[in-house]
Amino acid sequence: MPNSYLLSLITLSPLVAIVILAFVPKNQGGILKQIGILGTLLPLVLSFLLFANFNYGDPHMQFVEKVNWISIPVGNPQMGEVFSFTINYEMGVDGVSMPLIVLTAIIGTLAAVASWQIKKRLKEYFILFHLLLIGMFGVFAAQNLLLFFIFFELTLVPMYFLIGIWGYSDRERAANTFLLYNGVGSAIMLIAFLIIYLTIPGVNGNPTMNFGELAAALSTPNNPMLQHVSPSLLFGLFLALFIAFGIKLPVFPFHTWMLKVHVQAPPSIVMIHSGILLKMGAYGLLRIGIGFFPEQAYQFATWMAVLGLINVLYGAVLAFVQKDLKMVLAYSSISHMGIVLLGFAAMNSIGFQGAIFQVISHGFISALMFFLIGVIWERTETSMISELGGLAKSMPFISGVLLAAAMASLGLPGMSGFISEFLAFLGLFGVKPVMAAVGTLGIILTAVYLLRAVLRTTFGPMPDRYQGAADAQPIEVIPMVVLLGFIILIGIYPAVLSEPLQETLKNIVPIVPGMGG
Amino acid sequence: MDVKDIFSYNWSYLLPELIILGFATALSLLDLAMGKRTNRAVLAWLALAGVLLSGIFVVVNMVTLNAPYSYMADMLRVDGYGNAFKLLFLSGVAFTLILSVCYMKQGEITHQGEYYYLLLTALLGAMVMASSADLITLFVGLELLSLSSYVLVGLRKKSLNANESSFKYVVSGGIATAFTLFGMSYMYGLGGTTNLYLLADRLSEAYAGGYAFLVLLAFAFVVIGLSFKISAVPNHMWAPDVYQGAPTPITAFLAVVSKTAGFAMVFRLLFGAFIGLASPAGGSVLMENLSPYISVIAAASMIIGNTMALRQTNVKRMMAYSGIAQAGYILVPFATLTSLFFEQSVFYLFAYLLASFGAFAVLMLVFRDQQSEELKSFAGLYHRSPLVAVAMTIFLLSMAGIPVTAGFIGKFYLFVSAILQHHYWLSAVMIATSVISYYYYFGIIRQMYMRPGATEAPLPLPKGVAFVIVLTALATFVVGIVPGAVFDFVQAHFNPSFDFGGMTSSSK
Repeated sequence: MPNSYLLSLITLSPLVAIVILAFVPKNQGGILKQIGILGTLLPLVLSFLLFANFNYGDPHMQFVEKVNWISIPVGNPQMGEVFSFTINYEMGVDGVSMPLIVLTAIIGTLAAVASWQIKKRLKEYFILFHLLLIGMFGVFAAQNLLLFFIFFELTLVPMYFLIGIWGYSDRERAANTFLLYNGVGSAIMLIAFLIIYLTIPGVNGNPTMNFGELAAALSTPNNPMLQHVSPSLLFGLFLALFIAFGIKLPVFPFHTWMLKVHVQAPPSIVMIHSGILLKMGAYGLLRIGIGFFPEQAYQFATWMAVLGLINVLYGAVLAFVQKDLKMVLAYSSISHMGIVLLGFAAMNSIGFQGAIFQVISHGFISALMFFLIGVIWERTETSMISELGGLAKSMPFISGVLLAAAMASLGLPGMSGFISEFLAFLGLFGVKPVMAAVGTLGIILTAVYLLRAVLRTTFGPMPDRYQGAADAQPIEVIPMVVLLGFIILIGIYPAVLSEPLQETLKNIVPIVPGMGG
Repeated sequence: MDVKDIFSYNWSYLLPELIILGFATALSLLDLAMGKRTNRAVLAWLALAGVLLSGIFVVVNMVTLNAPYSYMADMLRVDGYGNAFKLLFLSGVAFTLILSVCYMKQGEITHQGEYYYLLLTALLGAMVMASSADLITLFVGLELLSLSSYVLVGLRKKSLNANESSFKYVVSGGIATAFTLFGMSYMYGLGGTTNLYLLADRLSEAYAGGYAFLVLLAFAFVVIGLSFKISAVPNHMWAPDVYQGAPTPITAFLAVVSKTAGFAMVFRLLFGAFIGLASPAGGSVLMENLSPYISVIAAASMIIGNTMALRQTNVKRMMAYSGIAQAGYILVPFATLTSLFFEQSVFYLFAYLLASFGAFAVLMLVFRDQQSEELKSFAGLYHRSPLVAVAMTIFLLSMAGIPVTAGFIGKFYLFVSAILQHHYWLSAVMIATSVISYYYYFGIIRQMYMRPGATEAPLPLPKGVAFVIVLTALATFVVGIVPGAVFDFVQAHFNPSFDFGGMTSSSK
């Protein structure tokens, strides 16, 4: 039965492309590109297999794999006594992580297509690109703390290179900022993980790193194993995790690195960064932060909502005054990630659904947006709004898709952005009506800044130098149509996403105290 | 203690040491007999053969000896603890020799004979340090290693840097030795014996009997003195200058073998002699009262090493500061003191050995080629030799503690233990300084991949250096994925729990 190791297959499948790429001479640009793009089809096909075989009715982990991996002997202060900590290699997916894996596979393939505009050092580029894919699949499939951490770190190193070598003029500083911020985040995460591992045993009393066992142990009422754990330690752990994942998401004071990456990294990498890597923060927050510490998250919910509001409004206001289209979208990402936080802060099933919808929907939308920016850059060599204009005349198709993406992003009904924002705010209105009302201002602001940016680029007088710019090539049309297709699919048929979510959220939500439907 | 006839011992267990001694003597005689102009490369291969032969007998000892074998009341002692360290030393010196052969071809050092037999005597000193439980032999081993290293550092007679570094090394080394010896004299004065296992009992009697201050003074002096060899705070200042002036293979030797020997002695001496001290309340003084000080030394080394490394443009100096920080990490198991501190430190030292030797091999190649030790000499290395650049990346990631490398598992293991023993601030320092270290380790990576180099010509890669680089890179990676194999090996073959007096009081 292939199901029993399907997740490992997906995670490791980019290795095939890496191995083949390693043997292609580096001056064979065309072949390298073909292998780089075709290589991403393998995980794509496998992840569709995952999607097809996923059992919607089952709220538990599926496709579970478990192999004994490391056995670390650990001593205690009473000399002589030795016991062993076993760390397993554990994979599995539920309704939250399965869609994220599919999202990763889709955006991975499309970003590989978008990499056609990479001009230099293609061999290294695609090798690192596939390494990055391994890390991302692993993060969403990992079922224990150490494995999650290792895959999380595995995305760090390729990203550093991808930004630092193939980015725009200020790429090295962007890569360093990226490395240091995320390094700090990972460090905090590792400390929190180890404290969890060493102070919170599983239900049967043995130390464990498994997500499910830890969540179960922490949600068991009056668990005798946890009597020695003070409530303040639990709250501190939640806070540490919130900061660690907050840096990735990014939450307001920790967002500066992400602006640099958005502006400096090549468009294909920003597609992945904005489309998936930021989502690892949201996923970690839900799976580990809220999943392990629902009570603490509940206590913190008001602050989470406040931070979410700051993100939404700060991002929207600053997006309005940006001169660079990339900066507009970077701040827009901050604003949209604020909605994810608001959905979490609602601490109810609808809010969570909204947050995850937002994660997936923003993944598609921002990937599309940055793909378009790359396409426009190819023709105009600028992304400054003031230098663009009237693009609709020479590139009507591209402009049309850009407008559609903006509509999706500002939440036009019938597109994915609407569903996610609607659900997140619906969830929040039930518990924190005032904050939700303030937050909806953000939606209005979104419409204002996106329309300003998009209309100024596509309409108005066109500088003469863009007169002869060609409209989209077939290779560019495919990603646009596919991404737009998914955005509309989720918009008009949200069940494709809500069905797997429903059962899983039932599993997470009942442990949240003071739950409303 | 019964006095045994010296011939009644089974001397075959000492074969690893005797072989090194024999080869060192033979090499020095051969060097005399050889003509002035004769190529001495053959001596290098002889030395290497000696090291390998010695390694074989260490393995034989591991297999045949089930219990520690003691010579002359633990003057020398063949046990799991010593065997583990001996294997580390021997592999370190083997790497040094392979690198040296390639280094010599460039003709900078003409005194080849000295070079090789001094390396062997230094190795012998290190081996004695690891396999003795007596103050006198420990000290003799320490001095043998130190004196040999002083000369090795200054072998490039005509280089100003080499002279400076050799002089600094002798002077600061002499001071450190004085500290160590002074501390030992108090230990002897209080205990009336030089045997560590007897000292453990006697010192605890002295401690309980009103001489607590003197016992602690002895401890402090020995710690300060020995911090020199492991280049930890407060005796770390020599490292950057000495590393810079020494020939690169010798820098690697100092950074790995000499440092590891220092740790072997620190653990053996301090743990062996002071473990028995009991506070009036019944707790262990070493664990409760002294470990905070060790933690401070460890933390200070991590902070000073990692922050000073940030500002270095000379790569050897950067590696020296990085080595100071690494010493801080390896002190963590000593500060947290679990019954598995041995496994932790040996694993970490093993990972450190692999990454350091690999890195120094690359440094040597690049320095030779560019005639510069500056960070800029790494610019564009990837385009000149992708293999070397990728290997160097693995070494740097391992030193920075990023998965999937041996260094990550080593650090993770120390970290688990530190948190388990509630040393929260120490673990916080450990993590924070690791993040700081990303900056300078990635600084080298940035040069290799992102900066254009002065030349695009392929980097010449001698076979020996290539062998060291590929082997260490592969091992770093494989151990990072399946660390269990190393843990199992250490547990199965070294089983150190009976090698320390305090644990089973196996004194004879």
